[in-house]
Amino acid sequence: MTSNKTFNILVPLISVFIGLLAGAIIMLIFGYNPIQGYAALWEGAFGDAYFFGETVRQVTPYILTGLAVGFAFRSGLFNIGAEGQVIVGWLSAVWIGITVDAPMYIHLPLAIFVAALAGAIWGFIPGILKARLGVHEVIVTIMLNYIALYSSNAIIRNVLSDSENSTERIAETASLSSEWLQSLTYFSRMHYGILIALFAAMIMWFIIERTTIGYELKSVGFNKHASKYAGMNVKRNIVLSMVIAGAFAGLAGSMEGLGTFGNMTVSGGFSNLGFDGIAVALLGANTAIGIVLAAILFGALKVGALNMPTEAGVPNELVDIIIALIIFSVASSYIIRWAILRFKKEEK
Amino acid sequence: MGFIDLLQSIIPPALFFSAPLIFTALGGVFSERSGVVNIGLEGLMVMGAFVGVVFNLTFADVFGAWTPWISIIVAMLIGALFSVIHAVAAVSFHADQVVSGVAINFLALGLGIFLTKQWYDKGQTDMVSQPFYTIDIPILSEIPVIGDILFSNMYLTSYLAIILAFLAWYVLYKTPFGLRLRAVGEHPMAADTNGINVYKMRYIAVILSGALGGLGGSVFALTIALNFSHATIVGQGFMALAAVIFGKWHPLGAMGAALFFGFAQSLSVIGAGIPLLADVPQVFLLIAPYVLTILALAGFIGRAEAPKANGQPYIKGSR
Repeated sequence: MTSNKTFNILVPLISVFIGLLAGAIIMLIFGYNPIQGYAALWEGAFGDAYFFGETVRQVTPYILTGLAVGFAFRSGLFNIGAEGQVIVGWLSAVWIGITVDAPMYIHLPLAIFVAALAGAIWGFIPGILKARLGVHEVIVTIMLNYIALYSSNAIIRNVLSDSENSTERIAETASLSSEWLQSLTYFSRMHYGILIALFAAMIMWFIIERTTIGYELKSVGFNKHASKYAGMNVKRNIVLSMVIAGAFAGLAGSMEGLGTFGNMTVSGGFSNLGFDGIAVALLGANTAIGIVLAAILFGALKVGALNMPTEAGVPNELVDIIIALIIFSVASSYIIRWAILRFKKEEK
Repeated sequence: MGFIDLLQSIIPPALFFSAPLIFTALGGVFSERSGVVNIGLEGLMVMGAFVGVVFNLTFADVFGAWTPWISIIVAMLIGALFSVIHAVAAVSFHADQVVSGVAINFLALGLGIFLTKQWYDKGQTDMVSQPFYTIDIPILSEIPVIGDILFSNMYLTSYLAIILAFLAWYVLYKTPFGLRLRAVGEHPMAADTNGINVYKMRYIAVILSGALGGLGGSVFALTIALNFSHATIVGQGFMALAAVIFGKWHPLGAMGAALFFGFAQSLSVIGAGIPLLADVPQVFLLIAPYVLTILALAGFIGRAEAPKANGQPYIKGSR
């Protein structure tokens, strides 16, 4: 028998391979050269310092939303609401960034903390509804995404500006952007947030693997009833898990608000950071290290894709198709496992 | 403004905004009643809108005034075909249904925009030349009062949506097929023991939801949006999903919820012209459907109970 650990590494690898292969086939069907296409993708993600900086910028929120989805997954919860938690985090960070006047060593941490808090509150709602009333978190979080989107649009228009479509820029004391990093990368929008994202990944690893809280969260994810029988407070753990997940997503929002953009704009649709976070978490098998690796892959795909129309003439949406197919493959891991086992058997 | 005038300015737009939601929500009811969660409704609508618009643009000269009708039929077929991916992943491959639905959403939008760029060399299509037009129903629109409110200035698709809702109710609650479909969603093992092919029923339900989602998306595109871009369908699918739940997984309930959500949406568009509502900030009307859905789920507005086996892959022989 092949061990579970091997599967956990093999399934994502095979899924990525299937996704990229399908992408190549699509390019062939529409008369593009796949090698040229993927070369443009690679070039656009890691080709020079600017592209590299942009990739890192994109990876930063992906790590955090990946953690937000993955952390909740570990305790058996599906956090589709990372999108909304990102929005409230983004809004709160910008809000603090604009209105508070303080030296940097207070202002910046405060803005980041409030963003995480806002995300945590947005995660608390589905958590408490699930724990107390048994309401399925998937639907509640989807609905909360839209409530966050429309409410924040209204707040940007009416509270943070005079009927404008975007807020003013945050104060320099709340900004994560760094001239040093920008000059290193030919003025990409790379910012210090990546350090926070990597630190957050370490925190997730630490909580899950090294603390009693993490042990209980995992245990609840594996078997609610057994956990309850063992004396754990299942309800508290469900709420806690959603709150921590929401805080991660709120942090992702602050990365955009304080680092990449420095403001927030009225938006008709989602940034998709939260939805992409689902893909990141799935591919990363909900482990901290896996999520970081998957975030690097998806960040590189997304940023590199922008180079494909100019260099190879391929519409950049090809990458969305590839990502969708990777998700399908990971989700259908049952059939991949079956195929691998079948293959092994025939070898014998 | 008199009361009759008020109704006359509210009801037609409400029905007009509701129709796509009703179609899609009915699709959701079929799928979820058979035990397959369908987060992919949004993606199915995207697919429907894309196919509807592209077909309409391509064949407007060939079919003339019949183009929009043929477009929505083609969109239904492609929607059904597209949903097979979800069915294969969720039913045969035992994939997590929510994950598979999320992937459907990604795939539909990616594919739609990719092909749009491929065929039109830009991020959005041209405006369709043969959309649906509002009409006055002959004879019925002559009825005083009611005629003006319910039968003038309407899209035929709005009536079609309401008729389909009753048809769906009949199929689900009055035919053996409907009973089997519901049984599979409540207790697949018991259904299997009674000789119902669980996989087959779930495939049919998901494909029906694809057809209805495609219909909803194409009707939205050919009555409201009139072209296809990444911003054509933004959240209507999720709103339809909300209607499914708010309507307690019942076709007529879903229709009622969709009508209400369509009403709320139309208010946010025309509300400024209505006294009382003109003072309500638009944002409250925009978020109303979502807030109400959460309240309904939490049991504040009559508890919404999902079909028992909703979301669980059925694995033959396991307990």
